[in-house]
Amino acid sequence: MEKRYGNLIVELACQLIAPFILLFGLYVIFHGHHSPGGGFQGGAILAAMAILLRLSLGMELTSRIFSPRLMPAFAAAGLLIFAGVGVAAIFGGGNFLDYGAIPVQGVSEPSLHHNGILLAELGIALSVFGVMLSIFDTLIRDK
Amino acid sequence: MKPVMVIVTLMFAGVMSYLMMSLPPFGDPSAPANQHISPYYIENTIEDTDTPNIVTSILADYRGYDTFGETLVIFTAGLGCFLLLRRHSDGKTIR
Repeated sequence: MEKRYGNLIVELACQLIAPFILLFGLYVIFHGHHSPGGGFQGGAILAAMAILLRLSLGMELTSRIFSPRLMPAFAAAGLLIFAGVGVAAIFGGGNFLDYGAIPVQGVSEPSLHHNGILLAELGIALSVFGVMLSIFDTLIRDK
Repeated sequence: MKPVMVIVTLMFAGVMSYLMMSLPPFGDPSAPANQHISPYYIENTIEDTDTPNIVTSILADYRGYDTFGETLVIFTAGLGCFLLLRRHSDGKTIR
């Protein structure tokens, strides 16, 4: 799996469909406030897109876009974003993950909750993406 | 499997199936689980979080602590795979 798939039709089809999967994944993440979806599902869809590219184009080409070295860092960064939002609420005088207490001037409390949820979902998506890709990368490593 | 184990298992399954009949129907609004805190979420989600999707606001806001733990679980699982299955510089899979 480190090599390309080697079939023009398969490689081209995967390349053509990947941007649409990426767009749909981002839609699922950012539209989670209004429709079914959110960080876990969106992150899994984004990871599926990256894995499809890894399977069709091979590790050598796709590691330039999604470097295997970066994936554990992505997973940790997502978790840190989530934790950072929670700790920011503590600095504002609230409880951990009480988004309404985040100290931002001129933003109403419901809006703070709204954006806090969005940041949390983004952190979850980044974490799920990094974890799924790093598991895939460690599993397909041959030799 | 010993016969006594089979009998005990079947009896346990019978008791559980009998008790299942006294559970409230699925989605019953008068069930105790739907009386306590669910109405609060349904009534106050928009004012509290400005989010039309109640599921999202419960998942990431009211029950954010739980979701944080879930993310931590996923991260730990990924880290476990990464650390156990990676190749070291000496070429071995597991040291």
